[in-house]
Amino acid sequence: MAVSTRRLQKELVEIQKQGTPVGITLLSADDFQTWLFTVQVLGDTIYSGELFALKFRFDGQYPIQPPAVQFVVDEKYQAPVHPHVYSNGHICASILGNEWSPVLSVIAVCVTIQSMLASCKKKERPPDNERYVKHAPENPKKTQFVYHDDTV
Amino acid sequence: MQQDIEHISGIFGVEPDIASLLLRYMNWNKERLIEKYMDNAHAVSTAAGIVPPEKSPEPSCSQIGPRRSSRLGISKPSKSKASERSPPAGEPFVCPICFDDTQQETLALACGHLFCRACWGAYVSSKVRTEAESWITCMAEGCALVAPDSFVRTALGDDAQTWARFQELVVRHFVSCMPNLKYCPYPSCSYTVSCPAAASKSALATIVPTVRCGASGAHVFCFGCAIETDHRPVICAVAKMWLQKCRDDSETANWIKSNTKECSKCQSTIEKNGGCNHMTCKKCKYEFCWVCMGPWSEHGTAWYSCNRYDEKASVDARDAQSKSRASLERYLHYYNRWANHEQSARLSAELYAKTEQKMEEMQLASALSWIEVQFMRKAVDESVRCRGTLKWTYSMAYYLEKGNEKELFEDNQRDLERAVEELSELIESPIDPEVIMSLRQKVTDKTVYVQKRNEIMLEDTARGFLEGRWTWNVDVEGFEKD
Repeated sequence: MAVSTRRLQKELVEIQKQGTPVGITLLSADDFQTWLFTVQVLGDTIYSGELFALKFRFDGQYPIQPPAVQFVVDEKYQAPVHPHVYSNGHICASILGNEWSPVLSVIAVCVTIQSMLASCKKKERPPDNERYVKHAPENPKKTQFVYHDDTV
Repeated sequence: MQQDIEHISGIFGVEPDIASLLLRYMNWNKERLIEKYMDNAHAVSTAAGIVPPEKSPEPSCSQIGPRRSSRLGISKPSKSKASERSPPAGEPFVCPICFDDTQQETLALACGHLFCRACWGAYVSSKVRTEAESWITCMAEGCALVAPDSFVRTALGDDAQTWARFQELVVRHFVSCMPNLKYCPYPSCSYTVSCPAAASKSALATIVPTVRCGASGAHVFCFGCAIETDHRPVICAVAKMWLQKCRDDSETANWIKSNTKECSKCQSTIEKNGGCNHMTCKKCKYEFCWVCMGPWSEHGTAWYSCNRYDEKASVDARDAQSKSRASLERYLHYYNRWANHEQSARLSAELYAKTEQKMEEMQLASALSWIEVQFMRKAVDESVRCRGTLKWTYSMAYYLEKGNEKELFEDNQRDLERAVEELSELIESPIDPEVIMSLRQKVTDKTVYVQKRNEIMLEDTARGFLEGRWTWNVDVEGFEKD
């Protein structure tokens, strides 16, 4: 069995056994290619009351290489308005790129993104949102993000 | 590279592997490393990812991974490097990455983050192969420890190809850090060229470091910049400026010149695509006459004919206009000549083929042997080379300040150009069996002459740089006016 499948299987069992952290629920994990989660930012934040969906896509390289993670943008869900989130759902976060570590997990990514939203003080799009969204590749992993700001 | 590693290893009393990491961290700057290391060896080692920071939090495995109770303490880095540890008895080791408990072989860096050998192998191989990274940090989240060569080798096991790639990456890093070394830019050429004379930036203001790599005589490039041909006699900064200008301007400039005028108030370029002479600038709303370029207010009711050529305002407007046109004109003068030689160089392959054919014909028509007709080939070689020189002299002349020096420069240029044209004509002339011998003599003589003119051109320009004879009409890097 491929390492990625075994690893995801294990992560899934773990999720079913221990449940997910507060604010995060598993929406679907029917195969080992795409998983969906919903994320809610708890407490008194600018996103209170909003519900977002995160889509994970895995290839055979997982967990050596990071999964492709983005917010779902459809009739039901919108991407949060955040300086690191583009309106097409792509996320500029270093742990999904060069700071990815194979010991990170799907849940760890969810938690990181949840806290990224929680610590945000001002709702705004990235400054180059329009330009990026116009030319962005379908898969956010194909984008070479420059991580210029780690304060938010 | 090996020498530096051994040197550092000897001075600091550390293993070559560690010395290599230290040097790589410092971008192979040995002096700086020695200075810093003597100052605070521990800080440097920590920053270079050789020893874990003190009081590091307990190695944190991922949240869903099994927490390991055994403390894999901070032992001496040089000893624990790449040492393979077996998990404590009684508790089967489960790798937190692949969750495989059948893997019994584990590896860890000095930080003690233990993972199975297969995962390390996949990780290192992915770093090396897909990311071309030779600075491989520990797989644990936020851990900055770096894998030394021996560890990489162990992790890769018998994957010799990736190991070779890793070593190549380290060498590439070394070469890129050394100002006197450069890789040959020709495709799939792996040679390195050393050019100590061009190692400093200031040297590039006086010399054009054209180098040829050892792999092939055709691999000629400039050591000082990214231009992959011989751009003598002009120095890198000027050549670069010229190429940039050509990229930005040439095609557009031609069109602008023939189709537009500038608004005499805001200098926006305007294309008149129909209508009467009463123009209103879209940008600044200035109203003017297309014919005389003067303000429309002075035109009164003479709607369709302009008879106000001599009015002061329109004279001024035309002056400004012609000034900007003149600079465009000047640029195009140099550009067209430059482009012409560029074009000829591009056609050189064709010329070589044609010449080859001619040489065969010549053999049939006369009693000359193959060796004896080689003079044609030599002539073509020389003319191609000279056209390369000529091409760049135009970029240089464009930026040269007017004066005696420039005139001398252009004299040399003219002599060379004339000689090259004459030679080209001889090469292309039809073969007449009667006069082959005299043609041969003429071509040979001309080739020698052209070669000499080219040398004069190059040498004189180079000398001019050394003597500081050239002055520019723009700011050139390395020639800051004081």
